[in-house]
Amino acid sequence: MTAKNRTTSILLTAIVAILGVVYLFPILWLLLSSFKPGSELFSYPLKFFPDEITFGNYEYAWATMEFTKYVINTLMVTVATTVLTVLASASCGYALAKYNYKWLGVFFLCILTTTMLPTEVIMNPTFTVIQKLGLYDSLWGLIIPSINTATGIFMFRQFFQTVPDDLLEAARIDGANEGRIFFGLMLPIAKPIVITLSIFSFQWRWNDYVWPLLVISDPNKYTVQVALRSIVGADNIDWVLLLSASVISILPMVLIFTVFQRYIMDTGASSGLKD
Amino acid sequence: MTTRRKDKNQKWALAFVIVNMVLFGLFFAWPGVLGVYYSFTDYTGISANFIGLENYVKLFQDQSFYKALGRTFLYTVLSVPLLYVFSLLISVLLVNKYTKGKSVAKIIFFFPWLISPIVAGVIFRWMFGESFGFINYALGLIGVDPVSWSSDGNMALMVVLFATIWGGTAFNMLVMMSALMNIPKSYYEAADIDGANGWQKFMNITLPSLKPTTFMVILLSVIHSMKEFAMVQSLTNGGPGTDNTFLVQYIYQTGFDQRNIGYASAVSMVLFVILLIFALINMKVEERSKI
Repeated sequence: MTAKNRTTSILLTAIVAILGVVYLFPILWLLLSSFKPGSELFSYPLKFFPDEITFGNYEYAWATMEFTKYVINTLMVTVATTVLTVLASASCGYALAKYNYKWLGVFFLCILTTTMLPTEVIMNPTFTVIQKLGLYDSLWGLIIPSINTATGIFMFRQFFQTVPDDLLEAARIDGANEGRIFFGLMLPIAKPIVITLSIFSFQWRWNDYVWPLLVISDPNKYTVQVALRSIVGADNIDWVLLLSASVISILPMVLIFTVFQRYIMDTGASSGLKD
Repeated sequence: MTTRRKDKNQKWALAFVIVNMVLFGLFFAWPGVLGVYYSFTDYTGISANFIGLENYVKLFQDQSFYKALGRTFLYTVLSVPLLYVFSLLISVLLVNKYTKGKSVAKIIFFFPWLISPIVAGVIFRWMFGESFGFINYALGLIGVDPVSWSSDGNMALMVVLFATIWGGTAFNMLVMMSALMNIPKSYYEAADIDGANGWQKFMNITLPSLKPTTFMVILLSVIHSMKEFAMVQSLTNGGPGTDNTFLVQYIYQTGFDQRNIGYASAVSMVLFVILLIFALINMKVEERSKI
């Protein structure tokens, strides 16, 4: 380490540290605030750390909101959609990568256009379609439309293009049919993509707001995000409830991230598109 | 034999994509066509009468539409470059061999990705509260008067920008970091021998190598900010007043709250055309830059 390099190192590390503090602060402030009793939340001068740490806000949130119900709704939708998304995207990406038919090329272009026409842009006609299909106000109405994702299809297509064709041919010569080749051979090879897309899909669905907003009207079928929005949307925001409820809503994602972080952090697979 | 084989494979290929095809038809093609049709009618949820271009004529004379469109553009023009610069700065720092504590920093910058737009809105609303927020309190400590983060339209837009950059960095960072790691080390070594300094290396090697990634990130960010909805709904609800009502919220209000579905669909079509034009421009510029 020369003196010049050391200076560089100190300077760069300092910039990262400052930015890191700025990026971390909002989360930290939410977390600290959620442990303060209501009386302390608005008392000036503000204190950084709570005077007395209380879990009362969490008990209050759990008692006031039917959290268990919302969490179960959201989990059902998230898990079902994720499993179906991975299966559909894997088989579709595989077909686009390994078969050479004209109509597949056309369909690939169709999938490309979906990135230009997000649900948010065509809310009203989408709502009509949901009603006509009898999906209105049911959890299936959240699951089924979300299965088709361009990102997932692109990720698998990109991956399967790198798998040598000889492998398929060998399996075909051995007399395996296309279905067996896909399920027995190709899907296991694609495990890293399966995991990466599962994490992405989980995050998309857990945090989704637009679909539940359109599809669900019965409060018993609310997802966590819609329930949160109903607290923020109130004329008088109950901050004590909102802060702790927000923290609770983040926990599942933190758990998933902690378990699978290496798949997210060390992957080029995220170079697809956003959902 | 081979032809029969091919037919059989074709059936399999169809089986593999059929689910996505049906869903594409139901949830993209059908609403898309329906939206075009609605935009030429006075549909309010009961019956639809064809009224030709009336919605579009009304639209282009509508002040609140222009306001929403202008505000959405302003937000996009501000947020996309800022988000790009911050994401790039952080990515470059995190792949630099002289930076310490990279793995911890990476997790910190990535964390906002886990957080939903609704909760992100909640967090920033809480931090920037005028009378109770931490930011105004901290400003007070250094002798600055409290800023009207929620009652002043432009200040409220600033908060939306902060939240956007905070939440959007993670995804861009992932994409950019993998692109940065793929730049051959030999380029930099050659530049070192020529005596290039850090800035010259960044401008002549790093940025040009990142071009494809840059195009992708910019396109995605633009689409994302043009359809921004959930976070703003929980952060400012488009306020103060209608100062920060963006296009998608405007579509939501006119289509669902006021039931002017025909009119809202016309706004949707305008937004779709804008996104399409931008995507085409992006593609053209990208093609040109390859030559």
